[in-house]
Amino acid sequence: MTKRERDHVSGTETTGHEWDGLRELDTPLPRWWLHVFYATIAIAIVYWILMPAWPIGNGYTKGVLGWSDRANVARDLQALEAGRAAMFQRFATATAADIANDPALQEFARAAGESVFGDNCRTCHGAGGAGAPGYPVLADDVWIWGGSIADIEHTLRVGIRSDHPQARMSAMPAFGRDRLLTSQEIGDVTEFVISISSANARLNADANAASRGATVYAQQCALCHGGAGAGDRTLGAPSLRDDVWLYGASRDEIRRQVELGRGGVMPAWEQRFDAGTLRALAYYVHDLGGGEPDATPPQASPAEAAPVQQSALR
Amino acid sequence: MDPSALAPAPDNAEDAHAIDAEAVNAKARRQLYAKRQAIHPKLAHGPFRTLKWEAMIVLLAIYYITPWLRWDRGVGRPDQAVLVDFEGRRFYFFFIELWPQEVYYITGLLVLAALGIFLSSALFGRVWCGYACPQTVWTDLYIHVERLIEGDRNARLRLANAPFSRRKIGKKVAKHAAWLIIAAATGGAWVFYFADAPSLLHDLFTGAAAPSAYLFVGVLTFTTYVLAGTMREQVCTYMCPWPRIQAAMIDKDALSVTYRRDRGEPRGSHKRGQSWELRGDCIDCRQCIAVCPQGIDIRDGDQLECINCALCIDACDDVMAKVDRPKGLIAYDSYANIARRLEGEKHTRYRLIRPRTVLYGVLMAIVAAIMIYGLATRHSLDINVIRDRSPPFVRLADGSLRNDYALKLMNKSDRPRRVAISVEGLDGAHLQAARLDAQGRAIATAEADSVTTVRVHVVAPNRVPEGSNRLRFSISDLETGETAESASAFLAGGSL
Ligand code: SF4
Ligand code: SF4
Repeated sequence: MTKRERDHVSGTETTGHEWDGLRELDTPLPRWWLHVFYATIAIAIVYWILMPAWPIGNGYTKGVLGWSDRANVARDLQALEAGRAAMFQRFATATAADIANDPALQEFARAAGESVFGDNCRTCHGAGGAGAPGYPVLADDVWIWGGSIADIEHTLRVGIRSDHPQARMSAMPAFGRDRLLTSQEIGDVTEFVISISSANARLNADANAASRGATVYAQQCALCHGGAGAGDRTLGAPSLRDDVWLYGASRDEIRRQVELGRGGVMPAWEQRFDAGTLRALAYYVHDLGGGEPDATPPQASPAEAAPVQQSALR
Repeated sequence: MDPSALAPAPDNAEDAHAIDAEAVNAKARRQLYAKRQAIHPKLAHGPFRTLKWEAMIVLLAIYYITPWLRWDRGVGRPDQAVLVDFEGRRFYFFFIELWPQEVYYITGLLVLAALGIFLSSALFGRVWCGYACPQTVWTDLYIHVERLIEGDRNARLRLANAPFSRRKIGKKVAKHAAWLIIAAATGGAWVFYFADAPSLLHDLFTGAAAPSAYLFVGVLTFTTYVLAGTMREQVCTYMCPWPRIQAAMIDKDALSVTYRRDRGEPRGSHKRGQSWELRGDCIDCRQCIAVCPQGIDIRDGDQLECINCALCIDACDDVMAKVDRPKGLIAYDSYANIARRLEGEKHTRYRLIRPRTVLYGVLMAIVAAIMIYGLATRHSLDINVIRDRSPPFVRLADGSLRNDYALKLMNKSDRPRRVAISVEGLDGAHLQAARLDAQGRAIATAEADSVTTVRVHVVAPNRVPEGSNRLRFSISDLETGETAESASAFLAGGSL
């Protein structure tokens, strides 16, 4: 049995429950709180009328204001693209010298290039062009098809062993798998290749095998890689003189490449990107650290030994 | 409470005797779940009231005028003396300009403020609460506005108990309107600290200001109105942590507003001409209660509610003058003094220099000295180095290794500076850039008053030990020779 009574201190009714002499006040909700609550209900109803709110069948109530996040995003994207278009346009026609002399253009290229690279190239070439076995490092100064902005842009445009009609093509014979050379000859030519490269310092080529391998090299390899192993960029034949190896730097891995003659595929990006984006991307890759000067060198900007990037954050 | 207890006594300020004031928050009546009862403080007159008026005018003037002070910093830079520029990430204070990475100066200020309030508490009790706290200042202002519109204590009490009438509604509307205007001016002044005041004022009225500006004006208008208008003493009693901390800050020698019970008791009403023998000086007139904005009776002793506004001192001194007794029945005094006098000692002793106050003072001096030293020797050129993490290092055709870095050149001066970047501390390491000067340094321009990012490459020979190697970047201003340096690492992967 509960007995509601009035508490004399607060003037409020009690709930009538009692526990060991403790009674509970039945304090009503504050008036202002209640009014705010009613106001939120009213606002909700207004909101239903104005804004998209209720799912119905295969759609939803559109609301009289016609608000649509989807349309807004599309509009924002369009505005963004329109805003950037001018810069990409300038890029499409900019020469290497133009870029070298225009910090604003460089900064834009770096930002745009980084974003495009991250979305499309990073999967294979790694963040920052770190590379992976079979996928060339882009941050170093070793280039198979050339490291000027123009060369890189061309590679991007047509791809390597891609389906582009002008794709950069090279094919190294699989000397082992196709039995073009005996196992002994492959071992010898591996030693020779090590002996002419800077890897010799750590791998110590067998001098006898290397001298036998020299003959094999002259007959089979020199045509593309050059008599002294300097490589030939027009053919996409890598230099064998450095210590950078696309498919691995150990003796066994070098030998395996002679046996298999592997070559990867890079897609042609011409259809995917407009000219400005391609050039920005080429600039970004060139700028990772190992880019080479273009055939017609950019005019030296007078006093500044321009470091690679300058951007002012205010 | 029985409403008849609030029945107004006639407004006769001349008569010091027996005002019918109840201390609504008096110690004996304090019940946590009781409803709040309105307090109608009476206007006090006297030196402390005057001091409070002066403090109020000075503090409000500082608050409202500061954003309008100008300070020339040169073309293209803000000319507002005090400005918190969130967008430009700068804090301007007259000749000082702080960058976000220098917030430790703000920390220093906060430490100083904390020590300052400790020191003032140890010396004079809650002087901050009584005179300078914004809650006190604005509440005092609001009470004064209320007094101007509705009259002093007795008139307000009559009005509160009167039935609704046109006159009552008119007064209430006028009061709340005045309060709201003050609140809006307060909220309005706040946003001027965060943008150029004159143009923001214009924008605020033309509707062109940022939505956040209106939001802040709105929020602060609301809080000012509610905290100073309707909550008042409840903020001090229930919301503010300081009264609790205060208990730890005060000691037996600290001064605070005190009823000298050694002199006042036993209290009791006194008729003119009656003897003062065998009784205390307190005539139980309750004037000290009537003026108290916190609704307490100071004669109950030191209380959490008491903000030490000293208005009861003024009220009681008035009474003492009228009944021809010495002033100071309520005064700034210490526990120690009361105890001493109760033991029969005559003299009142003030011990302002105590280990505690000396310690606070010394700590403040140390913090201030560190801050002044820091400001005086503040570098206008600085460098931060961020090493690229992918790839961790690059092996070049000739076998050497390369690491890439982004250098953040911070130029805190207002002109662009040409700096030479060099790398030291790692045998054989050198910068790689299109063009270097004769000493292998790269030259870059650090833009004025900003952070300039410069990417650099460092190449080191193959013999660099595997793992992380120390190296240092340093920059030096080509004109002034000012230098700055920052340590970083060079990663090497050893042999293949
Ligand atoms: S302390 Fe002073 S003001 Fe308060 S009741 Fe006593 S005589 Fe009156
Ligand atoms: S007791 Fe006196 S000092 Fe304390 S709040 Fe009241 S009037 Fe102010």
